Amino acid sequence: MSSETNQILTTDGIPLEVSLKKAERKNKIKAFLLVAPLLFFLIITYVFPIGDMLFRSVDDKMVTQMLPKTFKAMENWDGQELPEEEVFAAFHEDFIKLVEDKREGKLSTQLNYTKNGFKSIIKKLRRKSKSFEEGNYKEQIMSVHKRWADVEYWRAIKRRAPEFTSQKYLKGIDMYKNQEGKIVSVSEDRRIHRVLWLRTLEIAFFVTVFCFLMAYPIAHLLATLPMKYSNLLMICVLLPFWTSLLVRTASWMILLQQQGIVNDFFVGIGLVADDNRPEMMYNKTGSYVAMTQILLPFMVLPLYSVMKTISPSLMRAGKSLGGTPFVAFWKVYFPLTIPGIGAGCLLVFILAIGYYITPALVGGASGTLISNQIAFHMKSTLDWSFASAMGLMLLSGVLVIYWLYNKIVGIDNIKLG
Amino acid sequence: MALPKYTEPHYRIWHYIYLTICAAVFFFLIAPLFVIFPLSFNAEEFLSFSDGMKRLDPDAFSLRWYKDMIYGTKNPWGLAAKNSFIIAIFATIGSVILGTVAALGLSSRHMPYKGLIMAVLISPMIVPLIISGVAIFFFMAKAGLAATHTGIVLAHIILGTPFVVITVTATLSGFDHSVTRAAASLGSDPVNTFMKITLPLILPGVISGGLFAFVTSFDEVVVVLFLAGLENTTIPIQMWTGLREQLSPTILAVATCLIILSTLILVTAELLRRRSERLRGINR
Repeated sequence: MSSETNQILTTDGIPLEVSLKKAERKNKIKAFLLVAPLLFFLIITYVFPIGDMLFRSVDDKMVTQMLPKTFKAMENWDGQELPEEEVFAAFHEDFIKLVEDKREGKLSTQLNYTKNGFKSIIKKLRRKSKSFEEGNYKEQIMSVHKRWADVEYWRAIKRRAPEFTSQKYLKGIDMYKNQEGKIVSVSEDRRIHRVLWLRTLEIAFFVTVFCFLMAYPIAHLLATLPMKYSNLLMICVLLPFWTSLLVRTASWMILLQQQGIVNDFFVGIGLVADDNRPEMMYNKTGSYVAMTQILLPFMVLPLYSVMKTISPSLMRAGKSLGGTPFVAFWKVYFPLTIPGIGAGCLLVFILAIGYYITPALVGGASGTLISNQIAFHMKSTLDWSFASAMGLMLLSGVLVIYWLYNKIVGIDNIKLG
Repeated sequence: MALPKYTEPHYRIWHYIYLTICAAVFFFLIAPLFVIFPLSFNAEEFLSFSDGMKRLDPDAFSLRWYKDMIYGTKNPWGLAAKNSFIIAIFATIGSVILGTVAALGLSSRHMPYKGLIMAVLISPMIVPLIISGVAIFFFMAKAGLAATHTGIVLAHIILGTPFVVITVTATLSGFDHSVTRAAASLGSDPVNTFMKITLPLILPGVISGGLFAFVTSFDEVVVVLFLAGLENTTIPIQMWTGLREQLSPTILAVATCLIILSTLILVTAELLRRRSERLRGINR
């Protein structure tokens, strides 16, 4: 038999299979066209800029472009002793050009990131360079300030020669490349970032644990109470959820201040002396308390939506088969709630690890997180590439958790309210 | 939850402990909000209950902070409120349109690379706000939109769409597609079908997504902190500055207004959710 008789044809004489495929493709394109506006909007305004952050965090062209001749002259310098006249002359030439363009300030900021102490000596050099004579620039530059005669500072300049650098990432974990090009930790008293990373993880972890411990009983109560009561109690969960973050933080600031209600209460029951009120805000305690309360609804809602689907007859069956209520709970009920626990914990952890507003307001110096450091570098030091590098380090952590969340819960299973 | 009569004593005790724990957690959740309310009527400039307030002396209460909020000479709240509402309304409209259309495509069973695209569309909700803020700031600065209303509205559309996508996709998951096919077989074109058949059915989901987008924009401070200039100040920015510098009772008056607003939004969202579940025939 020939294959033609096997094929089913549509009325137009096209094989059904081909026609179906064509229709399928048309539907695919239609569906995609609906998603396309939002997708492209997000790619342009959001995904690309995050890629831009990646570029900024490793980009180090600025100094390379400001001192082209210097770096060319430095190629043959081994970095052991002070460079030759040739390097000084090239540096002088680059520098004069920068002063003409009024860009020497930028150079000093940039070099100061690499090594402290460049700001003042560049200022001095600009003043003195006006009266420089031609020739023997080495002597003249070295006479401006003793740091210009220090080989350490010339090594610092040479370190800025490559167009790309991993320096910002190393700085983010308190490491740097030393003169031999080895990656080492900074001295113990200057390791501020590691402390912050660890504290961020610690606070996010414990906030997640506290939220879980508090959310589990009330989610269970909400799921098992009759409708008319649970609806009323649900408001207690949803009202904070819908209320402005700043309002909730403000209320904690009022409660936790030294003359605040919580302290009044402690004094009232005789727990602490009136003249010895504990500091509960502007430290870690403040961050813990406020963040737990603020993130609690995000734990309750996923737990509740899972618990709602567990039939009460399962617990009864467990008990009727001889289990005590505790055994029935532990062996029957608890395992069934694990998807909800996973969803809630991951959600709270993701939100907590990137928290900014609340720690900034109630955390003080010991309760701030890595986000606060990123904001500090964006707004105060204006070291945007360092802010980008730390942001991306944080982001990669979050993306791993996001991926896990997707595996365990599924992105399309996120429920709101 | 009454316990059966035959419950053994130690389970009975455990049950009451459990209820006490629950009560404590509910108290922890809701009580902080109610502190703000009475203190905003404080006649004095302190942020704790004065002796007069504890005695319920009528003289200890006043509306002076509300007056200060509205008529105060150097108070920025008027401008901030105007900006907040304008930005939130436009951001909501943008989020709802983009998000709903995308959700329609996403819930089609023909959609290619569904998981990947969904992950991209939801990402602004998952990525820490500070990172979104930095990235969006870089984009807006390049596009010349920093310190403009347009820039902030666009930023809030980015942050708001995930909520619309999620709620509308959830509504569409229970949607009976045969009704749109029926409409098509009766000669209706796709746009007409959407407006007359699909939209009314998914409207509760669309509106509740819109409410999420509105609240996200209205309450958003991290990204605005990067983007806003002096003219673009919003209520959250003013609260942020106020809380950082000094807690004045005027902030509590504003906070009380915000709590009332969020209560209204909560009630609307809850009513819509129930209506939506009734329409989709989900029995609870």
